[in-house]
Amino acid sequence: MKKIKTIDEAMEYIKDGMTIAFGGFMGVGTPEKLVDAILAKGVKDLTIICNDTAFPHNGVGKLVVNKRVKKCIVSHVGTNPETGRQMNAGEMEVELVPQGTLIERIRSAGAGLGGVLTPTGIGTVVEEGKQKLNIQGKDYLLELPLKADVAMLQGSIVDKKGNVYYSKATRNFNPIIATAADLVIVQAEKLVEAGEIDPSDVMTPSVFVNIIVDGRE
Amino acid sequence: MIQDKERKREVIVKRVAQELKDGNLVNLGIGMPTLVANYIPEGVDILLQSENGYVGIGPGPEAGKEDKDIVNAGGQPSTVVPGAAFFDSSMSFTIIRGGHLDITVLGALQVDQLGNLANWMVPGKMVPGMGGAMDLVVGAKKVIISMEHTAKGEAKILKKCTLPLTAVGVVDMIITEMCVIEVTKDGLLVTELAPETTKEEVSAATEADLIFAEDLKVMNV
Repeated sequence: MKKIKTIDEAMEYIKDGMTIAFGGFMGVGTPEKLVDAILAKGVKDLTIICNDTAFPHNGVGKLVVNKRVKKCIVSHVGTNPETGRQMNAGEMEVELVPQGTLIERIRSAGAGLGGVLTPTGIGTVVEEGKQKLNIQGKDYLLELPLKADVAMLQGSIVDKKGNVYYSKATRNFNPIIATAADLVIVQAEKLVEAGEIDPSDVMTPSVFVNIIVDGRE
Repeated sequence: MIQDKERKREVIVKRVAQELKDGNLVNLGIGMPTLVANYIPEGVDILLQSENGYVGIGPGPEAGKEDKDIVNAGGQPSTVVPGAAFFDSSMSFTIIRGGHLDITVLGALQVDQLGNLANWMVPGKMVPGMGGAMDLVVGAKKVIISMEHTAKGEAKILKKCTLPLTAVGVVDMIITEMCVIEVTKDGLLVTELAPETTKEEVSAATEADLIFAEDLKVMNV
């Protein structure tokens, strides 16, 4: 199966109102070309899942600034003042989730689990409306799986089968969101032939990846 | 008591640094806690964790030598030390929440005498999000709050926090420019005073009930 597509071909799958998960932490590890392509296509009313809303000039921060986001599910918005402004003005819904809980909600969706039990958030506003369970004498919150329609990854090195290697701190949410979306698109910083990434160095196996776009395009 | 802003910070971060023991895995929060890295005692080998996905934070890079693939948890360019390791966010919070982190050092808006912590939002004013803070304080073996003792003259160490909590009963130690406080089952125990600082000054700047240790010491800063 040929997974390599142009950015325009990949964008044919992206529609208004979709839920899209993005890799990246303060924009590092976010596929910027895919974000730019969403902006260029005019897609709107998105629900985005990401660690944070980055800065106004990078990552998913650009989607917020350009008012393409209906709701964001993130752990932190402090570095993008526009997120706070839209949240306070009631223009965008913001669901704040503790970072460790956010990643495990995504991981549980990808792993076929019914959720995750965490002590994080007990006794805080985070526990509102959630089921609390006492397991072996300790309280936990039941946090439910979180899945996206599309996951957008940045791979530092991607082979033509779709195996992905992430450089340094760009890994963050990328390999986890790759498991929890109906369609997974990876933007390759460097695209290589199958076999050029040592199988032991593969961080996201090709089985999760549907579409590869060449980031140098 | 100490008045000079710079000296206050120096006292706090120097004293926090003395809590770090050889071999510890430590997470330093954004802002003042980051400065603790500059005062780690000679011969003490510490591994610093960055919640975006690595252990082994190095110093900030020289201008022009930034690596676009390495930022710290504040989104600023960073480096790594020899022996560092990168991983994904699930692993990062396995380390944090799973009890593998020896010490986390964070700032606070309010702390109370039950060890409750509020440091992530002021309703209607500041809602940056909790980021990794709720996981850090729940998971780390030791939670140290490093902060100025008061905010614009208002007490921050209270009988009961009034702001939304980050977590319940998690704080082990509070280090300010006035004193060192240990959170015990009997209440807040002041174990050290800063130089030039009296018990009366500490009590006046604190709303919570304080117990002064019998062997009250002076901070070595």
